[in-house]
Amino acid sequence: MNLRDYRILAAAALLAAAGCVTINIYFPAAAAEKAADKIIDEVWQIQKDKDAAKTPEPPSGTGKP
Amino acid sequence: MTAWMRSLVAALLVALFGSAAALAQGNLEVNTPAISALKSAMQARHGQLTPYYASGAVGVARDGTIQLRDANAVPLAQRQQVSGLVAAENNDRAALYREIARANAHPEWEADVRNTFGQRWVDKAQSGWYVQNASGQWAKK
Repeated sequence: MNLRDYRILAAAALLAAAGCVTINIYFPAAAAEKAADKIIDEVWQIQKDKDAAKTPEPPSGTGKP
Repeated sequence: MTAWMRSLVAALLVALFGSAAALAQGNLEVNTPAISALKSAMQARHGQLTPYYASGAVGVARDGTIQLRDANAVPLAQRQQVSGLVAAENNDRAALYREIARANAHPEWEADVRNTFGQRWVDKAQSGWYVQNASGQWAKK
């Protein structure tokens, strides 16, 4: 590769790197929603959809008389 | 000159692929000690709050908090305790949103994190609980 090729490659890499920085400052809404869902499920102790559909109520042996 | 250029290109490419790999995972960092502690505290508190969600005394607000929306639904003797629970929960939630933004090296994302959570708490609220709609009105799910 000659100097000219490196210059072009360097310019291209710089542009791409600048693009990445630009993308990164935007709020990643989808990732945030995924993180929120995971944390809310833990805090509210919500079971996964599949399990919840099968067993909506946990078996309770200590019901009120 | 050429050697300098070559190392610059190499460094840029490494940085590029490194950040591309991080982005490709598409996840926010939420596994920090501070976030785990907040989650545990909120999980423990949830058991105490559940009856008040069910009675409608406490509602899930749009802004990522909970609110004592009907104090009359709480017996007088318990009102102070419920207010304390709501305040403590909102403190932890504010800290949670702040910590998530900070853990991802973007403290300015705090408001966006709060908005995302605000929407998802409402979506995931159980039927029978009161949630705030887009115009701020309370509605039973």
